[in-house]
Amino acid sequence: MTTILGRRVPRVEDRRLLTEGGTYVDDLELPVLARAAQVTFVRSPVAHATLTGIDASAALAEPGVVAVLTGQDFDGPAPDEEMPEPVLATGRVRYVGEPVALILTDGRYQGEDAAELVCVDYDPLPAVVGVDGALDAPSLLFPETGSNVASAGGDQPRPDDELFAGCEVVAAGRLVNQRLAPVPLEVRSAAATWGDGRLTVWASTQNAQITRDMIAERLGLDQAVIRVIVPDVGGGFGAKIGTDRDTIAVAWAARHTGRPVRWTETRSESMVAMIHGRGQRQDVKIGGTRDGRILAYRLDLVQDCGAYPRGAYLASLTRRMAGGSYGIPRVECGYQAVVTNATPVDAYRGAGRPEATAAIERAVDLFAAEAGLDPAEVRRRNLLSPDQFPYTSPTGANYDSGDYAAALQKVLAAAGYEGLRAEQAQRRERGDPVALGIGLSCYVEITAIDWRNGETGRVEVHEDGTATVFTGSSPQGQGHATSWAMLVQEELGIPMADVTVISGDTDLIPVGTGTYGSRSLQLGGAAVQQAAAEVRERGRGLAADLAGASEDDLDLDTTRGLWRVRGQAGTEIEWGKVAAHGGGLAADVHFIPKQSTFPFGAHLAVVEVDTETGLARLVRHVSADDAGRLVNPLIAEGQRHGGIAQGVAQALTEEVVYDADGNPLTATLADYATITAAELPAFELVASETPTDINPLGAKGIGEAGAIGAPPAVQNAVIDAVAHLGVRHIDMPATPQRVWAAISAAEAAT
Amino acid sequence: MRVEVTINGQPVAADVEDRMLLVHYVRDVAGLRATNVGCDTTSCGACTLLLDGESVKSCTLLAAQADGREVTTVEGLAGPDGELHPVQQRFHEEHALQCGFCTPGMVLALVSLLRENPRPTEAQIRSGLEGNLCRCTGYHNIVRAALAAAEVAR
Repeated sequence: MTTILGRRVPRVEDRRLLTEGGTYVDDLELPVLARAAQVTFVRSPVAHATLTGIDASAALAEPGVVAVLTGQDFDGPAPDEEMPEPVLATGRVRYVGEPVALILTDGRYQGEDAAELVCVDYDPLPAVVGVDGALDAPSLLFPETGSNVASAGGDQPRPDDELFAGCEVVAAGRLVNQRLAPVPLEVRSAAATWGDGRLTVWASTQNAQITRDMIAERLGLDQAVIRVIVPDVGGGFGAKIGTDRDTIAVAWAARHTGRPVRWTETRSESMVAMIHGRGQRQDVKIGGTRDGRILAYRLDLVQDCGAYPRGAYLASLTRRMAGGSYGIPRVECGYQAVVTNATPVDAYRGAGRPEATAAIERAVDLFAAEAGLDPAEVRRRNLLSPDQFPYTSPTGANYDSGDYAAALQKVLAAAGYEGLRAEQAQRRERGDPVALGIGLSCYVEITAIDWRNGETGRVEVHEDGTATVFTGSSPQGQGHATSWAMLVQEELGIPMADVTVISGDTDLIPVGTGTYGSRSLQLGGAAVQQAAAEVRERGRGLAADLAGASEDDLDLDTTRGLWRVRGQAGTEIEWGKVAAHGGGLAADVHFIPKQSTFPFGAHLAVVEVDTETGLARLVRHVSADDAGRLVNPLIAEGQRHGGIAQGVAQALTEEVVYDADGNPLTATLADYATITAAELPAFELVASETPTDINPLGAKGIGEAGAIGAPPAVQNAVIDAVAHLGVRHIDMPATPQRVWAAISAAEAAT
Repeated sequence: MRVEVTINGQPVAADVEDRMLLVHYVRDVAGLRATNVGCDTTSCGACTLLLDGESVKSCTLLAAQADGREVTTVEGLAGPDGELHPVQQRFHEEHALQCGFCTPGMVLALVSLLRENPRPTEAQIRSGLEGNLCRCTGYHNIVRAALAAAEVAR
């Protein structure tokens, strides 16, 4: 039997997106939104201030202005939290970009005019900038809590002579995992109507059901009152998990005024008001034997949460994956999560795992350099071996399966590691101003971390022989419509073209979780596969009844989607007849596995560094990313490509920067160095498929692999390129300025 | 003011605010929603369309500047029988789109690039696409699709 699973099937989504364009929230042309008012937010221009008054009278006098709403007007319940994030600011603003008021206007351009006329009195407070500012400064974001530390946890530090006992070589360093902007190409967008006792919200989100529940909580409404509809979504990368306060404010404005409303932010708003990612300061210390066996590793980290600590959990995720893919006997990680006067930090592609990988992979290179050993050799000596799985790490992660050394060997072979080292040596010998650097990273990460939520899938077969899938998962470009249709075709033989996939509507799919944490295929896909399998077995009974035969004699020809009775040539029963006979045919599955899965891999980056200008250019990037069994390699590779590009961006170009007063210096796409095609090479992907037994598909998540594996490989490569000049470390992003400064400092020191 | 533009071969005319951007004219007046707005600093290229056959960023032009001229959006690119333009076809085959938001602008930027340079190198494609951001594909398959489309055009 031929299977469609594992084949490079071009996507069913493409034709519409290529010829008509997607229908994103801002594209919706619905009669109910025809007279919608436009929402414009008034946002704080200062990082930290007491809010002493808002005068909207001038704005209200402008033509087209319907209403100006502030935190005083908001009537939802207050969240029961120590450091609560309001829907609209009251009393105090804590970051540039914080929503202070909401303006409703008839026309698109009128809102921007009116926003200029809202007079807000800010009484400035000292800004808390960066993690040092949070820990040292007398200024507090939430004075009533007495501290800028939102949470702390992890391992109690052991004395050095105990943790590093027996270590002949010890290396240490302070690393910065910088703030990043997620930059999905579609910014945040929402529309809302209130009528007949129901609130309908169209939102650009990764999770319709979570959005519904968050709006219900903040507006004090029953979940059943709210319908959230998610049309096409132009990228999310974690930044559209659930919903932000802005969309809650938009939904509230519709309910409060009774008028349909719609909102699409500008990119410059998005750069300061959509969440940021990463933002950790990391102190690493690593020790081992002179021949390269790592015995102990400590990671102390401070998570910069920005103004509201919704991302405080990221630190514990980093801790869980701290020891990486190595069998290090003693690993400890303690953390603090602090609030600062900056945009809130939350999940961004990788969410806590890129930070863990960057720390351990830099530490391993620091250790290798200290021991005078080849970084590939040090990794080889310490990677967990296949016979050690399932493996419980010192920080409590249950790695399911893997062949870590094989992934490393594959990238070393594909890249021609020995040859690259030889070329590096030649360049150094002849004093070539363009130095060659080779960087490695081995990673293991955790996907479907919230496996307990599982995911829902419903498969219906109709009397015309077609099928519909309802999935709790919710795509933003990951190709669910294609992959889910492949799974149905595989189980039922109903051709992909006859399978419709529906997602992102809480009235049609009340129970679901959505897409984040590389969970979709292994949970949502598994649910669809199981639902299809249940439909098949029910169909077998119905077909047997139709044929007057025993179920045991019924075979499904999945190449044509027909039931046949064994031994009775010519009996062919179509799915449509089977469904009609059953008076409808459907199955619902809520798939919940027994734990998370742990994809792994290795990346090798080759960079050229112009030692005279500091410009680092990525010339090759080789990766082996093992996410278990692949349903559609074309889609899986696309996920790897996108992740690698964002990972390279972290290593080389992108960084959110604030000045000493908490003013964002990267608040537009003209200032933020979003990576472009011109800064990237073609990627060299090496295949690797080690199945897991955690789900019936044998699949792990692939969405974040590239953003986890790539950054330390590229960073290590840049440092490797200039190591012979005495450079030991360069923080990300390795901009020309930073690289040049590191070279200059090393030269001055010798 | 009165602005008349031929969009995908169809005449469109309307009285609009002087300050109306071309992208809003195309989206809100002509009702063609494939062209997207991704930024406000002419950085991302999502709003790229063809003005008299050349790619422009329509968020940085006033509708008035297109008065009397011809605009092509991605809705007008496929043949009358629905046959995809080679760039569209290769985008599909090479999986050069994921969320689809940058896609209309990216496709039109490449149509324009290939008209100017029918035999581009990979480096020329990459530098030609510097003004079009994509966050999903890492550009890898977009560049492959462009090279494949150039091959077809030969």
